[in-house]
Amino acid sequence: MLDTARRVATPEGVEITLRVAGPVPRALAYALDLALRVAVMFAVMIAVSALGRFGSAIMLLTAFLLEWLYPVFFEVVSAGATPGKRAMGLIVLNDDGTPVRWPASLTRNLLRAIDFLPFMYFVGFCSMVANRDFKRLGDLAANTLVVYRDEKPSSASIPLVSPIAPSAILSLAEQRTLLDFSERANRLTAERAAELAEIVAPLTDDRHGPAAVQHIVGIANHLVGRR
Amino acid sequence: MKQAAFEVRYGTEIDRFEKWLDCSHVKRRKNKTTDETAGLEAADVPAAYRHLCQLMALARDRQYSPDLVDRLNHLVLRGHHILYGPAAGQRTRLLAFLAAGFPETVRTEWRLVLTSGMLFFGPLLILIGALQFYPDFILYLVSPEHLARYEEAYDPANTRLGMRESDDNVMMFAFYIWNNVKIGIQTFATGIAFGLGSIFYLAFNGVVIGAIAGYLTAVGHGEPFWSFVSGHSAMELTAIVLSGAAGLKLGSALIAPGNRTRKAALVEVAKPAIHIMYGAALMFLLAAFIEGFWSPLTAFPPRLKYAVGATLWMLVVAYFTLAGRKRAT
Repeated sequence: MLDTARRVATPEGVEITLRVAGPVPRALAYALDLALRVAVMFAVMIAVSALGRFGSAIMLLTAFLLEWLYPVFFEVVSAGATPGKRAMGLIVLNDDGTPVRWPASLTRNLLRAIDFLPFMYFVGFCSMVANRDFKRLGDLAANTLVVYRDEKPSSASIPLVSPIAPSAILSLAEQRTLLDFSERANRLTAERAAELAEIVAPLTDDRHGPAAVQHIVGIANHLVGRR
Repeated sequence: MKQAAFEVRYGTEIDRFEKWLDCSHVKRRKNKTTDETAGLEAADVPAAYRHLCQLMALARDRQYSPDLVDRLNHLVLRGHHILYGPAAGQRTRLLAFLAAGFPETVRTEWRLVLTSGMLFFGPLLILIGALQFYPDFILYLVSPEHLARYEEAYDPANTRLGMRESDDNVMMFAFYIWNNVKIGIQTFATGIAFGLGSIFYLAFNGVVIGAIAGYLTAVGHGEPFWSFVSGHSAMELTAIVLSGAAGLKLGSALIAPGNRTRKAALVEVAKPAIHIMYGAALMFLLAAFIEGFWSPLTAFPPRLKYAVGATLWMLVVAYFTLAGRKRAT
């Protein structure tokens, strides 16, 4: 399947699925962070403007901290996400799916110094589109991944209708497709659901519209073992 | 087993683990130690987690519906983060790192440190020497306006020393941190381009510093210049060389990865490289402190300042050659 899902093996011998994030959400997260950093910088500038030279000292230190340590701090302390990444639903993890610690986070963020060359993260972008995990150079060296934070999945289950035995023997993959469709049936528009259900005409005995959807959901109820 | 039966049989167990995850999240945030464990004792968590992993593997293998598999995957991932995440109270042992780890790492990488040192100090010393005979050569390297500012800054008639954007020590301290650490990071990070960036920044900074130092000495501004820079030179120049060595380390992994892939080699060398950068950053900090508060003082005779500078150089050399050797034996 052509997908951005990456399987990571855990010590328990099972694989967890991570969904790596591409350049666009990451660029947006960066833009949000940049806006936040500029805002903080302005706030500090206004706050310390009365302090004269001591104020400029604070400003320079703030600029330094915001530029280099802001992402590191948030990635380690705030569950792998800067405020921008959090807003975009992203999180930084090690390759093995564990949360990042100081060394990895520092490595990936100090290497921004080369990723943003020659302008607008061009080097980082080229690196991201050239490997399957969307890693910029900093991610390659630090062995980190930027993935979508796994939102709590909707627990919407297959709608309860009376089970219908399928008229043909279905392979596991086919069964799964029907289950997948039945779970999503409520999240689709009625027209789209009907359109999809009508594709499997042999199973639905050429029913049309909502009747076809109901039939498929009935088969799904049979497949999960409801009586 | 059909999915419905599976859900009936293991539903409560899965819910209980989820509740435990929610509780442990709250506990961590509020840092409280109530025994609200959602019916799951701490000692039972690993076993419960392993069983959950097994359930997920089963659900996936039996092609249960995607929502169920996704939910189990989500719970396993959260459990994975908590069980394999950073342990509370585990601090990086900074003192042990400074006392032994840092100098040890630098000694292990002595070839790269030496290379980096030659790339930096080579042009620096050559230019200082050459400019004693041909001071005008500096006009090939530094613009006349810049040069005038340097000459003015280190005029022996001045009461203060150094390139001062301002008279305020705190302000200059902050400026040096901002500027010098940035140079250090650039020198390090660009090393990933097969070492070329580090080589460029090392040589470039060597040339500029050497040219200015040589020229000021040649035109008779030597005493104010050297008495200004001697104090912080040990920390600052060593830190630049170390940043370069860390960058070359990254580059070396890409040039000669050995019998690993280039990516694996890069990941492997990133660890010692970033350790060197920890140390280099601390040295930049110290250098900025000295440069901001000690170097501009004119109350002390130049000889004393040279002596302090020389002492610091000896300390730095002694630190990197001797510190942390005990542990190795």
